Parts: sequence; structure tokens; C-alpha cells
Amino acid sequence: MSQADPLAAKPPAPVPGFLELFLAFTKLGITSIGGGVNGMMHTEFVTNRHWFTDEQFLSGLALSQSLPGVNVANLALWLGYQCRGVAGAMVALLAVLLPPAITIILVGDVVLRLSAISAIATALAGLAVAATGLSLSVGYLAMRYACTDIAAVVLFLATFIGATAFHVSALVVVAVLAPIGIAIGFLKGRRP
Amino acid sequence: MKDDNLLLSMCLVFAPLSLMAIGGGSSILGQLQYSVVDSQQWLTNKAFMDMFAISRVAPGPGTLIVTLIGWHLAGWLGAVLSTIAIFAPSSLLVVAIAYVWHRHPDAAWQKALIYGLAPLAAGLVLSSVYALLQQARGGWIAWCVAILVAGAAQTVRLGPLTLMGLGAILFCALLAVAG
Repeated sequence: MSQADPLAAKPPAPVPGFLELFLAFTKLGITSIGGGVNGMMHTEFVTNRHWFTDEQFLSGLALSQSLPGVNVANLALWLGYQCRGVAGAMVALLAVLLPPAITIILVGDVVLRLSAISAIATALAGLAVAATGLSLSVGYLAMRYACTDIAAVVLFLATFIGATAFHVSALVVVAVLAPIGIAIGFLKGRRP
Repeated sequence: MKDDNLLLSMCLVFAPLSLMAIGGGSSILGQLQYSVVDSQQWLTNKAFMDMFAISRVAPGPGTLIVTLIGWHLAGWLGAVLSTIAIFAPSSLLVVAIAYVWHRHPDAAWQKALIYGLAPLAAGLVLSSVYALLQQARGGWIAWCVAILVAGAAQTVRLGPLTLMGLGAILFCALLAVAG
């Protein structure tokens, strides 16, 4: 009876080759316009290709969003590492960055020349302001998500005020507050 | 020799920002603007904001603004080096944590990391927003448009590119009428 069960007989998904990995992550990089990871990537990697378990993908997503670095690049590193170790991580990172990096230089060159024209300069200024609005939305959601208790609120306010008021030492602010925050997180986890 | 110094100082400015980008690339925009415009004076504020707009509309992560800055300042070598500087430190950290995670798949320290870093991410992103809007063209118009776009992003189901397009049109209209 167990032999007839199609789920039990299902072979584990094969480990993707480097080229396959590169092509899949190229898609992740190009579709990450305007910030944020394309939700379709979960479908692609977990549901369709079976490269990762749900848990692998979601823990990778959560960590790549909180660790330093670009979310999409971190997710690529994390997932690439799960597939193929350090080499897989490098291939995935390269795939996510290289095509958009070349694109932004080629596009940027043309647009920066055109921005001498006043109408185009105004349009660019408008795009920059609107993009800041999107960041504001992300920051607001991040604040609501993060501020679950008094300690988190204090950390948030200390970071905001520290980074806004003392430009030069914003790095110091982060270097001091990050270990404190993680330590508080540990202590909270130990409490029943 | 002057070029070598420029390349070196670019790396020295960008590499620490890599580790500061907690919660993603939006966290460092305020500090990046301060570094390249006010402190190092490599770019005018207008050029920086233009590159910011381009990096948000172009495919790929917005942090590639650093690639564009590097290219603008020092050509292809500048682009390559600044990209490595902004991505290498954080990438090494992520791979190191992936390695440890592989050996100790214990949810407790993952939760501690997320709990401890999430408020910093929110603080850095909002601080960057404040810095960018303070320097943006249009003064109060910039603030109004940004707040409207943020409100729309939370309530209306539109893609980021559509929202940016509509926001830019609104900005141009307001600037023409009241600016």
C-alpha cells in the first residue's frame, strides 16, 4: 500500500546546477523593482521547483530582511548557500546584481545627460520624492512591526534620533544599539 | 595617483555603510547622501537625487545607486569597486550566519536577531526619509507628495512603479501651480 502512495514515492528534488541557479536568481534581481522581494519568488522556488522547504525560504526571508545588506541580495546569498554552499551563494549574488548593475549604468548615463533639460529634471525630482514616499510607507510598517514592547520602542527612538541628529556617528549608533537589541531579544526568549 | 585616492576613499565610505544597511538599502540613504554630498562633496544634491530617482525606477535593488555613483565618479572601475564595497561586508556576514545556522538550526537566536534589529531598521529607514525630504526640491510640496504616496501605498493596491509615476505627476503639477 505504501508503494502505491505517490507522495511517499516522490523523489527528493535534484540539487540545481549553477547555471540553473544563476538564471533563476537573475529573475529575482530584475523583478525586485522599487524594493522588496517579489512574492512570486516563493511560488517559484518552493512550490514549483521544490528547491527549498517552506521553512528554509521563510527563515531566509526573515533573516535577510533584518541582517545588514540589501534584502534581495541577502535572500539570494541565503538560498544559494542552502543549495550549493559558498559557491552557490556567490553565483546567486552575482546573478541578482550583475544584470541590474549594468542596466543602471547604461540607463543612468542617458538619463543623467537628459536631466540638464528642466522638464526632465523636475520629473526626476518628482520621482525621487515619490520614491521617498514608498520608503516612508515601508518605514512606517517596519515601525509598527518592530515596536512590540517598551524596549523595542526605546531602541527605535534611539536609532531614529541618533541617526537623524548625529550624522557622523550614525555608524556608532548602530554599532552600539545592534548588540543591545539582540541581547534584549535573547533575554526575552529565555523568559517563559 | 589622485584617481587611486578617489577609488580608495570611495571604498572607505561605502564599505562601512554595507554593515549599517540593517533592514535593507533604504536604511543607509540618509547617511549615503550626507557622505557623498555634504561630507565628501563628490556630488551636488541634485545629482544625488537624480541618481536616487533612477535607482528606484530601474530594475534591481535600489542600492545599486552606489554602483551609479561609482561609475559617475570613476568610470567602470569605480562602478565595480563601489559595488564590491557596498555588498561584500554584509554578504560575508550573511554567509557566515548561514554557515552557523546550518550547524545550529535553533530558532532562539534567529528570533533574538530579528527582535533586536527590527527597531533599528525602522529607525534608520525613517531617519533616511527625513533626511531625503529635508534636501528634496519643492519644500512642503515634497513632504505632502511623499506622505500621500505613503498613504496610497498602504491603502490602494498599486505597484511601486505606478505609485511613483502618479506621485511624480502630482509633484510636477503642484510645483507648477504653487512653486
